[in-house]
Amino acid sequence: MKFSESWLREIIDINLSPEELSAKLTMIGHEVDSIEIDGGGLEGILIAEIISYKKHPDADRLNLCQVTTNGEDRISIVCGAPNVREGMKSILALPGKTLPNGLKLEKSKIRGIESFGMLCSAAEVGLGLDSDGIMDFPQDAKVGTSLIDYLKLPDRIIDLDLTPNRGDCFSVLGIARDLAGTCKENIKYKFDISNKSSAKVEYSIKTPFPDLCPRLVAQAIINIDNKALTPMWMVEKLRKSGIRSINPVVDITNFVMIELGQPLHAYDLSKVNGTIIPRFAKKDEHLVLLDESEVELEKDTVVITDDSGPIGMAGIMGGLSTSVSLSTTSVLFEAAYWPTEVMAGVARRYGMHTDASLRFERGVDPKIQRIAVNRACELLLSVCGGDASKVTDIKNEDYLPKNKSIKLTSDRLERVLGHKIDCSKISEILIRLNFKIQENKNDWQISVPSYRFDLQIEDDLIEEVARIYGFDKIPELTEVSSRSLSLSSDDLKNIDKIANHLCTRDYQEVITYSFIDDDINTLITGKQSELGLANPLSKDMSTMRGSIWPGLLNVASRNIARQMDRVRLFEIGKIFKNTDEGHQEIEQVAGLIMGPLRGEHWSEKSINVNFYDIKGDLESILILDTLENEFEFEPHNHASLQQGQSAKLLLNGLKIGSVGKLHPVLAKKFSIKRDVYLFELNIISANPHVSLKVKPISKYPLIRRDISFTVKKDIKAADIIKSIKFIEPEIIQSIKVFDIFEGNNIEEGLKSIALGLILQEKSRTLTDTVADEIISKTVILLEKKFFAKLRD
Amino acid sequence: MKKIAEILKTSLQEVHEASDINSLDSVRVMYVGKKGKFTLSLRLLGSLSDKERPAAGEEINKAKSAFMKAVSLRKAELETIALDEILKQNSIDVTLDGYASSRGGRHPISLARLRIEEIFKDAGYEIKSGPEIEDDFHNFTALNIPENHPARAMHDTFYLNNGNLLRTHTSPVQIRSLLIQGAPIRIIAPGRVYRCDSDQTHTPMFHQVEGLVIDKGVSFANLKAVLHEFVACFFGKEVELRFRPSYFPFTEPSAEVDVLWGTDKWLEILGCGMVHPNVLINAGVDPEIYSGYAFGMGIERLAMLKYQVDDLRVFFENDISFLRQFN
Repeated sequence: MKFSESWLREIIDINLSPEELSAKLTMIGHEVDSIEIDGGGLEGILIAEIISYKKHPDADRLNLCQVTTNGEDRISIVCGAPNVREGMKSILALPGKTLPNGLKLEKSKIRGIESFGMLCSAAEVGLGLDSDGIMDFPQDAKVGTSLIDYLKLPDRIIDLDLTPNRGDCFSVLGIARDLAGTCKENIKYKFDISNKSSAKVEYSIKTPFPDLCPRLVAQAIINIDNKALTPMWMVEKLRKSGIRSINPVVDITNFVMIELGQPLHAYDLSKVNGTIIPRFAKKDEHLVLLDESEVELEKDTVVITDDSGPIGMAGIMGGLSTSVSLSTTSVLFEAAYWPTEVMAGVARRYGMHTDASLRFERGVDPKIQRIAVNRACELLLSVCGGDASKVTDIKNEDYLPKNKSIKLTSDRLERVLGHKIDCSKISEILIRLNFKIQENKNDWQISVPSYRFDLQIEDDLIEEVARIYGFDKIPELTEVSSRSLSLSSDDLKNIDKIANHLCTRDYQEVITYSFIDDDINTLITGKQSELGLANPLSKDMSTMRGSIWPGLLNVASRNIARQMDRVRLFEIGKIFKNTDEGHQEIEQVAGLIMGPLRGEHWSEKSINVNFYDIKGDLESILILDTLENEFEFEPHNHASLQQGQSAKLLLNGLKIGSVGKLHPVLAKKFSIKRDVYLFELNIISANPHVSLKVKPISKYPLIRRDISFTVKKDIKAADIIKSIKFIEPEIIQSIKVFDIFEGNNIEEGLKSIALGLILQEKSRTLTDTVADEIISKTVILLEKKFFAKLRD
Repeated sequence: MKKIAEILKTSLQEVHEASDINSLDSVRVMYVGKKGKFTLSLRLLGSLSDKERPAAGEEINKAKSAFMKAVSLRKAELETIALDEILKQNSIDVTLDGYASSRGGRHPISLARLRIEEIFKDAGYEIKSGPEIEDDFHNFTALNIPENHPARAMHDTFYLNNGNLLRTHTSPVQIRSLLIQGAPIRIIAPGRVYRCDSDQTHTPMFHQVEGLVIDKGVSFANLKAVLHEFVACFFGKEVELRFRPSYFPFTEPSAEVDVLWGTDKWLEILGCGMVHPNVLINAGVDPEIYSGYAFGMGIERLAMLKYQVDDLRVFFENDISFLRQFN
């Protein structure tokens, strides 16, 4: 909400400097977005009259003007504005003057003809954006008056960021009223609802649906002078509120809206057909709006209609067919009270946002409509003359907000704020806020004014008192409550444990968006996501990710483009899945590595990462949980991984992760030319809340036995190890593959595996005889089950 | 017996001058070998009178042991020199890089979040989390934001095709936690939130930390104290805060908190207030018995101030060169 400081001070003459005023507004809850000087640096610019003008002999678009600033002397000015005319009152800046935009004026020759100054547009002197022509003032502007005196400049423009609960502050009067709560000064504004007019005018207005429109006020004015201009003071006030002057009728509706907070509509009465009635739109109704756009109306939208159909969208924008124009001579002002329930969200659904809808959505004072119409008529009569009709004021109290009575106790106030405020001080604040109070010993029965419909319960009043009293005056008070130790958050601790572990393994944490490109999601997960966004910002953020990998791949790709050849990333976050029981959010950690295994080092040749590097990283996370033995890796065909170099990770038979090499086709899709390895792991399921159970350790010596043999290439090491372990699980402590190779003297289709077995008894020394027995059992098993051949 | 003193003096001189183990050994042999000078002198003792013999013998033995002591000292000295010479051959360039020294690091948003969690954990707050796909009830209605409330328009909500929405703030965790564990409660809830907005100062996804304390006798004065202490802890210095009246449907009174940055700039860092009685009722807590405060802050905002990052979007560009600065 934008308005000028001088306008505010006309309504409340508050004794504060601009800086103090700004701080005061902010500290009572109306955040000052900006407060800027308007019309500074305009000294010396004078009102001038164009006596005559003719075309520049050498330039079509330029005119040679004779202007005067004292009625006698003539000054020659070359001017390019298209709107010059004889007798026009505009503004003249003389040589030596520096304009607010930095332009320093000098006597100059323009296309060979001397110009002794410059006639200026509004934009050139910093008074708005209009640069289409030089400023055009009414005839009553006195020649030779300085611009700053004529327009009462400089002024300040205050822009407030109002909270949505304070619909009552979307007007200069509203802001003044709230300020009055904090100071000794009173509002100077006097409402006028006297109605001396009684011209006979035929018009008809009804509200058959009081739930949609419980109050409707209208008044007509006929025989207006449609040549009249909006007075300069009003044009200026509107300009400072960011509104362009259009014509007196429209300007007056805007002015009253900013002044009092009530949006008004003005109809060209001669274009209205029959009775004006607000009602819900019907199916297939259309309306061409003031801005010439056409809307298809929805059934739950309230429209204003006449006998011809809709002529306006209630509380949002009027229609073109009945709008006022330069030829209008009879006007009907209409002010309605639209309940917030009726208005809420309607404009948004049409992608619209108007000054009127902004106010009605937040709520307007149900008692201001008649005052606003009266104010508009009075202004129009003074500007354009004419004859006013009687006022029509239809209201149905049953549907209008009732005056609420709320009880405030000093006890609750002290409890909520943690601070005692003197009862006399509380009373003073309540009275200054224009509340009607009935004061008892330690409580108040309060009736709030009609415009403070936001106040519903005692706590709302506590905030009112605290806000005016000053939040800064409430002292800080450290709590003295007992605090129990926190039990849970094991999951969160685990997440950070994993994250820190990956950091020490040279992974960089990244954070990517949870929504990704739908097609990419399908490609990577192999499944169409059913968790699409209804209103995505763009296609690449259109669906909830079923995998963290696309995010990591995008980051990798971007960093490769920035000449990063070694990329090691991880992200921890949720992935989203749709199941029969609804959607699921699964906390995952995912990693990506590519490029050299280690950073460039003087001691070694650079080697690139491979499958076993990333698998080792993944396994090291599993070890964090001391439950590594429960996990199993199995070969796996994953939609986005290369066949034969990908595995799934199982915990008790349930898949909880994957690891492998990115499919080359996908690598290409992300413009990555090198081998990329990825892993993903569900965090919560990888951490069942099992307390660690320590096993007793053996004090007896251990024996190591190695076996070397050949088997078919496709036999998995894990299967062999699992089988051997089963032979004597109490004695075989561990089995490690310490060598594996193909080729050389190994037969085609076979591979050589060398295993190291660590054997140990729990309660006695293991003898060679027992060890030999285990080894021979192992050999038999290898030969029978895996058709292995022992090597020497 | 002047002679023995003479011999000792010369011998010590020679020990001192021996430049390696071998020459030292020759010196040793020259004096205490079979035909060494001290050995011979001892043999000559027999030619002395009984009276003279003991004193002379003692003198020779003293000289001999002084000599032997010098030899062994010199030997140790020469051995050290020799070893040093060998070790010197094994010198390496200690300025070269060590092996596998590189390490990754946490994202600055995680670092800021961890710091926030740490501060509140120390003050007895439990850390909670909640779903990111929310329903209308938990994200809005239960928080006193009924349908068509103008505050909803400020939230720029992302909706899913299945009718759910992406939480626009971490406040739904307030409701979920209260419904599960009731009052008293003392929690913070960090997490991702989403709003349909993207420009220089907004990203469609960002992080918030929600705080909620409900107990008997909790007041606005307590809220002011805890936030002041938190902000000072987070930035590691005393700060000046400004509590400015504002509006959130789920708190009453509501405030926005600005921190004084430099000498005259107030920067908004969080929103807070006393939990609205309607919210307590919606979560099954009796507002006549319990009261409490809630606050919510943007982690990105705090991280930007703490690390002096001036563009929000860099946090999600994940440029490794940028991220590495935090390692």
